[in-house]
Amino acid sequence: MIRLTDVGKTFRDTPVLKNLSLHIAARDRVALVGSNGAGKTTLIRCLLGEYGHSGEVRVAGRDPRIDRALVLNKIGFVPQLPPPLAMPVAELVRYASGVSGADPMRVRQVAARLGLAWGEVAARPFVKLSGGQKQKLLIAIALGRDTEVLILDEPAANLDVEARHALFALLAERDQTAMIISSHRLDEVASLVNRVIELDQGQVVLDDRVEDHLEMTGFLAAELTVGRHEPAFAKMMDEWGFAAADALVWRGRVAGPDRLRFLCMVSRYAGLINGLHLDGGET
Amino acid sequence: MNPMILTARLDIQESLRSRWFLLFCLVFGAIVSLLMVSGLTESRVMGFTGLSRLLVTYIQLSMAILPVFILITTVRSVSGDREAGVFEYMLSLPVPLRAWYWGKLAGRFAVVFVPVFVAMSVAVVWGLVRGLDVRWGLFAVYTGLLMALCLCFLGLGFLISVLARSPDIAQAAAFLIWLVLLLFLDLILLGVLIQEQVPPEAVIGIALVNPLQVFRVAALVLFDPQLVLLGPAAFLVLDSFGTVGFLVWAMVYPAALGGVAAWVGYRRFRKGDLL
Repeated sequence: MIRLTDVGKTFRDTPVLKNLSLHIAARDRVALVGSNGAGKTTLIRCLLGEYGHSGEVRVAGRDPRIDRALVLNKIGFVPQLPPPLAMPVAELVRYASGVSGADPMRVRQVAARLGLAWGEVAARPFVKLSGGQKQKLLIAIALGRDTEVLILDEPAANLDVEARHALFALLAERDQTAMIISSHRLDEVASLVNRVIELDQGQVVLDDRVEDHLEMTGFLAAELTVGRHEPAFAKMMDEWGFAAADALVWRGRVAGPDRLRFLCMVSRYAGLINGLHLDGGET
Repeated sequence: MNPMILTARLDIQESLRSRWFLLFCLVFGAIVSLLMVSGLTESRVMGFTGLSRLLVTYIQLSMAILPVFILITTVRSVSGDREAGVFEYMLSLPVPLRAWYWGKLAGRFAVVFVPVFVAMSVAVVWGLVRGLDVRWGLFAVYTGLLMALCLCFLGLGFLISVLARSPDIAQAAAFLIWLVLLLFLDLILLGVLIQEQVPPEAVIGIALVNPLQVFRVAALVLFDPQLVLLGPAAFLVLDSFGTVGFLVWAMVYPAALGGVAAWVGYRRFRKGDLL
């Protein structure tokens, strides 16, 4: 679906992407991670045809710089920072739907699932909405039409808990769509992705496919040792189906596809963990 | 619907909500109102009478105000949108670049031309109501001149917006261009050039490529062209070009200049980084 070959981008003699090559298949759900300045946003802008670059970018076999409209019709995009658009919400939706040939009603339906009351916001200028409302609307515009690729830059940053759940449910329904989810919080998107790509100084330094190492039906035996009893941790382990061997040792098993999400969850208690052992041989 | 029409409509609606557009309408509405109230339609000065005098004064004032207004508001909104992140999102939507660029230009043309034209039309209607003689040929020429002027400075504004990477630089460049054109008007620099005995061909050349000078002469050309009114360079230009030839030049050249500038801007916009 997406193929980048030796893609490079330089701003005033400073290379931001360095001969980056990558292939993302139709059902890949990629968490794009990396520190500030790693090149995530530049990579996304190259995919959207907004930056010129060296090398080759292809989305569904086409160059986004040349076949812009065709390529972008296959891509739904949610930016990290909402644009300061003065136009009313209804006008933005009408325009976005108009240029993409989509049905505005679908955008409204997705917005409703995310908890955005259309009647309240339709006539208001986009820029006057709250951060969460803006985010919901941009997500609704991206998901309110049929796309083959979704590029979401920190999509859950401004969402409340309910809207996050709704977003994750909406994304889970798109099982045939390639996704690139850029996020600083890997734990937040861990349940959605099956691949993690880490960028550092314009290069791919990690490309980890979760299902590479384990069958989708496989399990890992896990044992955690903690330094002290912590009720929140105990509750969470209980939710994961772990049993306490004694007050400080927890044993259980983790489904292969959940490995990343489990480790992200455990990382929140890094100060508590004295030992962690995963054994991948279980089926 | 066609993406270019959608983009033009979006730009028109954006402009109608903006403060600069309100100010724009107020300025031109006020100019026409003042001209009507001050009794210009009743006066006879230096060969101009009635409504014609009002129109020629209006077009002269438009020539002074419109270019700088168009340049500054265009570069401010286009460069400002790019810097604020509006382009990042809007250009991620499946709109072809040519539809986006030319749609924005068409929308902007409508919002700068229509108020100026409406204000002039109101003056004509006022004249008709008062029973004054309306010179429709003059009205048509002025409409053409205003269209050419809008196209010219919109094209230049779009080119500057594409080339300049920040709103501040774009604004400074726009102001500088307007100032240079103003300096090369007849009564200022061209007067000095003639005093210094620069060859007439050079003076005519400068006068013919300066769109402000072209508009100024064209606005007066349908009246009795006297040296004291036109200035020395314009007098020379008119002497060698003839009235009809000059009117054609006054409409075709600025429109072509704006069109070429906009086209160069589009080529650059399409080839470079969009953000």
